[in-house]
Amino acid sequence: MSLWLWVLVAALACLAIKLAGYLVPTEVLDNPRVSHTAAMVTCGLLAALVVSQTFASGSALVVDARLVAIAVAALALLLRAPFIVVVVLGAVSAALVRALGWG
Amino acid sequence: MSRSAPGVRSAVRQGVSVGLATGAYGISFGALSVAAGLDVWQTCVLSLLMFTGGSQFAFIGVIGAGGAGAAATATAALLGVRNSLYGLQMASLLRPRGRWKPAAAHLTIDESTAVALAQPADDLPARRAGFWAAGLAVFSFWNLATLGGALLGDVLGDPARWGLDGAAAAAFLALLWPRLARRQAQAIGVVAALVAAITIPLVPAGIPVLAAAAVTAVVAWFQYREPPHVRADEQEAPA
Repeated sequence: MSLWLWVLVAALACLAIKLAGYLVPTEVLDNPRVSHTAAMVTCGLLAALVVSQTFASGSALVVDARLVAIAVAALALLLRAPFIVVVVLGAVSAALVRALGWG
Repeated sequence: MSRSAPGVRSAVRQGVSVGLATGAYGISFGALSVAAGLDVWQTCVLSLLMFTGGSQFAFIGVIGAGGAGAAATATAALLGVRNSLYGLQMASLLRPRGRWKPAAAHLTIDESTAVALAQPADDLPARRAGFWAAGLAVFSFWNLATLGGALLGDVLGDPARWGLDGAAAAAFLALLWPRLARRQAQAIGVVAALVAAITIPLVPAGIPVLAAAAVTAVVAWFQYREPPHVRADEQEAPA
């Protein structure tokens, strides 16, 4: 039940944030330093999520099949593969490595 | 209006193809969300109501890692902040009135903003058509694909066996990749990754990502220098 609550709170928060762009007076958000910081926070969040999704297992740092998945994904991105291909390659490589008995 | 009829048609075509491409990875969101422990309905509500891919992936990522609902919500909200900056640009472009305002706001995401801004600057009808076509197409396909992916994820069972944890890591890297073009962004990425790695063993799941965001915000605030073009090239390429 409490997961339902957070699903709704998070969804409504994201919706309110979108609406803010249409309602908040322009000068508050239309500041180059604010938009630079917002763009960089997006990068920072995603980079931190990459690290935690790749190496975190609870509160421990571990190296397992996900490391192979992220390396394959990076290679695919270097070769300009589209998003869905990168995600599928991540899954396939992690599953393969596990099927071979590691991670 | 007649001048821009071909512009409008091409903007709509672009919007629909972006919608199809984006919808396809809604399948991965649906499957990963179920693997993270949400049920099919919670997964669908996220796509219907939150409707901003990065935040949705972040929310289920934190929940799946055992993080608290509050941490997942904060991470999703922070990742959604860029949408209010898109909204700022789209508000002056679309000038929605009354009940159209919430509709426009809900469809304001990376893809709709990118398609709108990709149309010629002097062709306002094409820019508007691009926004609505991409927004509606992504919304339709993203939600259909989410449902399909969630049902599929329900059938798959053990997520690790199918490498779905590897898929989640790959998804975040793919979301990050196009934002790393600039030197400053790369520096920020390294700092955030280090903060996350250092704090993972020290604090509960979900908090390292927020700590990285806080450090990032401070670094970015002081990293900012005045070049007049910075804002333009950051925001013209949102996708």
